[in-house]
Amino acid sequence: MLARLKGPRRGGLLVLALVIALLPLVLPNRFYFDVAILIGINAIAVVGLNLLIGYAGQISLGHAGFYGIGAYAVAVLPAELGIPSWLAFLIGVAFVALLAFVVGRPILRLKGHYLAVATLGMGILIFMVVTNESQWTGGPDGMPVARLTLFGFRVSGVQTWYWITGAALLLGVWFALNLIDSPSGRALRALHDSEVAAQVAGIDVASYKLFAFVVSAIYACVAGSISAFYTGFVTPDGAGFLHSIEMVSMVVLGGMASTFGGIVGAALLTALPQFLTVFQEYEHALLGLVIMLCMIFLRRGILPSLAAVLLRGAGQGGRA
Amino acid sequence: MFRKRSLMALFAAVAALAVTAGGPGAAWAEIKIGSVLSVTGPASFLGDPEDKTLKMYVDKINAGGGVLGEKLELVIYDDGGDAKKARTFATRLIEEDEVVAMVGGSTTGTTMAMVPLFEEAEIPFISLGGAVVIIDPVKDFVFKTPHTDRMACEKIFEDMKARGISKIGMISGTGGFGKSMRGQCLDVAGGYGIEVVADETYGPKDSDMTPQLTNIKNADGLQAVVNPGFGQGPAIVTRNYAQLGISQPLYQSHGVASKSFIELAGETAEGVRLPAAALLVADKLPDSDPQKKVVTDYKAAFEAKWNQPVSTFGGHAYDGLFLLIEAMKRAGSTDGKAVRDELRKTKDFMGTAGLVNMSAEDHLGLDLSAFRMLEIRKGDWALVE
Amino acid sequence: MSEFLQFAFSGITVGAVYAMVALGFTIIYNASDVVNFAQGEFVMLGGMSTVFLAAFGLPLPLAALLAILIAALTGVALNKLVIEPARDASVVTLIIITIGASIFLRGIAQVIFDKQFHRLPSFSGDDPIAVLGASLTPQSLWVLGGAAVIVVLLYVFFNRTLFGKSILATSHNRLAAQLVGVNVRFVLMISFALSAAIGAVAGILVTPITLTSYDVGTMLALKGFAAAMLGGMGNPIGAVVGGLLVGLAEALGAGYLSSEYKDAVAFVIILAVLFFLPRGLFGKTGTERV
Repeated sequence: MLARLKGPRRGGLLVLALVIALLPLVLPNRFYFDVAILIGINAIAVVGLNLLIGYAGQISLGHAGFYGIGAYAVAVLPAELGIPSWLAFLIGVAFVALLAFVVGRPILRLKGHYLAVATLGMGILIFMVVTNESQWTGGPDGMPVARLTLFGFRVSGVQTWYWITGAALLLGVWFALNLIDSPSGRALRALHDSEVAAQVAGIDVASYKLFAFVVSAIYACVAGSISAFYTGFVTPDGAGFLHSIEMVSMVVLGGMASTFGGIVGAALLTALPQFLTVFQEYEHALLGLVIMLCMIFLRRGILPSLAAVLLRGAGQGGRA
Repeated sequence: MFRKRSLMALFAAVAALAVTAGGPGAAWAEIKIGSVLSVTGPASFLGDPEDKTLKMYVDKINAGGGVLGEKLELVIYDDGGDAKKARTFATRLIEEDEVVAMVGGSTTGTTMAMVPLFEEAEIPFISLGGAVVIIDPVKDFVFKTPHTDRMACEKIFEDMKARGISKIGMISGTGGFGKSMRGQCLDVAGGYGIEVVADETYGPKDSDMTPQLTNIKNADGLQAVVNPGFGQGPAIVTRNYAQLGISQPLYQSHGVASKSFIELAGETAEGVRLPAAALLVADKLPDSDPQKKVVTDYKAAFEAKWNQPVSTFGGHAYDGLFLLIEAMKRAGSTDGKAVRDELRKTKDFMGTAGLVNMSAEDHLGLDLSAFRMLEIRKGDWALVE
Repeated sequence: MSEFLQFAFSGITVGAVYAMVALGFTIIYNASDVVNFAQGEFVMLGGMSTVFLAAFGLPLPLAALLAILIAALTGVALNKLVIEPARDASVVTLIIITIGASIFLRGIAQVIFDKQFHRLPSFSGDDPIAVLGASLTPQSLWVLGGAAVIVVLLYVFFNRTLFGKSILATSHNRLAAQLVGVNVRFVLMISFALSAAIGAVAGILVTPITLTSYDVGTMLALKGFAAAMLGGMGNPIGAVVGGLLVGLAEALGAGYLSSEYKDAVAFVIILAVLFFLPRGLFGKTGTERV
């Protein structure tokens, strides 16, 4: 066990756990906790999406749809059918897994930009359902979410949710790292490099792509549910096209095929708009500028690019 | 060596960013008022004039010596129309900026996302959102200044009844405002003996509504059409309406109550009716009208400062700010509960929206008389007698 | 019948705009393999610049010309300052860069222009033309005519001029084109300028009908991208057909099915088409290069 912890990836897990454990000591008030939780939630979705984009090499512009289903599952099912929140959460996950499995097969036959537009369409269809079926979803204005109750306790408070989100993120990262190091993970990376070559090497390409798609959809769904529980409110924006784009941007900005990079990307794109408010009306222009500059100068993503610089600085070669 | 230095520079830059970000929290002021507005995004035509109004009047009040002998500080965040962002900024106002009150929430969606936070923190929150759900059921610390969508429906149907109209078509925006008002109108239509014979919708970014209007045009016995919605949509509906040559009267909502609607719809806006606050017809009110002074003063101040026509939306922010300040003066403090209690006791406050009389059960305080039925004639607003 | 005709008029007018945006996507994609998500911002720049230049007192035709020039220069700058320095980045990275560019342009536009909606006067008045019981605005004819002229000019440019042919050659094989003496950098620059100019023309023509504001670009980029993919990425005819189809699907969907789900109609059709034709209607068939 200790030996396994020594690898660079395990070390990363340890660092992440330390950061999560120590961060509350320096967070001055609830607002910073709030931002930290939002970062955590986005990071969960991004770690999952990175499995699909970074490792399996398949793009998706529709993952906000899965996020939205996760959020609305815990909002609608308890409110309309009286289902307990924890069960609603599990039903949401099961439904998303099934949906991703059914939709994934035909969609993943498509390549590159065609896959992008198909997933985009899928996301928009989900968005339209939650926006238009207002008798259940509250329409464009969204709806409140009942508090999560576990074993008779109401789960509430910003501290509680900080630890829940942190734990969920650690669990998600741990699972993703194990997956990447497993034979399935190696097959996925082979896909990323060349689908044809992977096929020739005897890898069941279609099944592995579908597997990555379903797993990443579940991550997005879980993130959506946590977000809904925490904020106590859901809106269709969470399922929207722009949110999908935002998630992909976090993956790419942080570093494709870098699980911890994704977390950095999520942290940056979640916190940056909060910092940029001091620039008032220029905040949007600056956000665009930062994204462009990061991608031009750190094109492999922030974490892998910086890691490469550091390694070179220390006189070592090797990959990030 | 060089690399190390550039890395250090990067760290320095990050640290600098963090320090600047802490800036607004570090500045001190005696009375901090917060605001989260949709200054950009699809509801920017609401948030933009609200933003300008609040900034202008807080400056004026400070120049005049402030409130309770102390200066006001205004903290405004732009939520871009996104309810989730609005909620995060609300947390920031409460926790980081420690505001004593909030005037903002441009839309119903952003308002409803922020309501639980202000309720929990026991900080008075005066919303600028439209829908009736904001104040019905009544929430302890939440107030609002604009007329409700339900009242708009009632005002429109009253006018229709007077004109002998009973069969109408509806074309509603699917944005929060349109969707909510559509529901309210369907709800109250029966009470006025009005039957909805065609019910169509359009998306917030749609640029052509002729297919929906063609269906409405072909509905049996159509006598008038109502268009609940805001933004550019109603202007396009109005233009398409004329293009298709539909001759029945068209009613817009208070969601288009700004001069830009007339500019965007052009000549096709002639004859369109809508319920709106007296602010739009400030100059045309008789001198005896008790509201005349308030609305002409606000209009003159806004137009002089920003060089753009006044809208009722900015007026809602004006009402909210002054309701709050009056309540603070009466309470003699900025304590949340004391200000809340005084807000509830607001009597005979004349705002741009009308006469406000609040109570523990009514956190809006406007009645139907606050709405005027307007008609667009020769490119300008005219009062329907 | 008149009903159907009315829906169709609506559909092809909106569709023509999507087609012009899709053409913009296609030209840049062919020259550089970049899917430029800032394409919608060119449409916005065209409309908004014209509105503000006209407000300064410039006559409309001059304002429109200047607006096209502004958009084209923005396109060139986008290529020079943003795309070229990132040439060897991965496809997804380039997409994110163009998304960053689109956020940037929108952010700048809201400061330089404003956040209100604006309109231009219709070029030939507002009296609708009656056709078999349906009505068509003169401005719709301008949009359709403008789109048709652009398509014809592009056809002539790419098939009859040496420079146009060299752009086509670059899109087929960059290295080979370079070897036979094509200035690839210049080709890229012209492609961005051309694509931006087409977007600006679309923006100017359609502003009297659909109005414009600093953020109209997002939705148009989305629809234009979908249209380009429906037609088959890289194929100009596909882009035009795709644009018209998406526009028609929306209008007919709104008219006959449900106005709430009209956007869904367009995407269901796209998903269905891609299910049977994974490379779109007119996409190149062939094997993936390993």
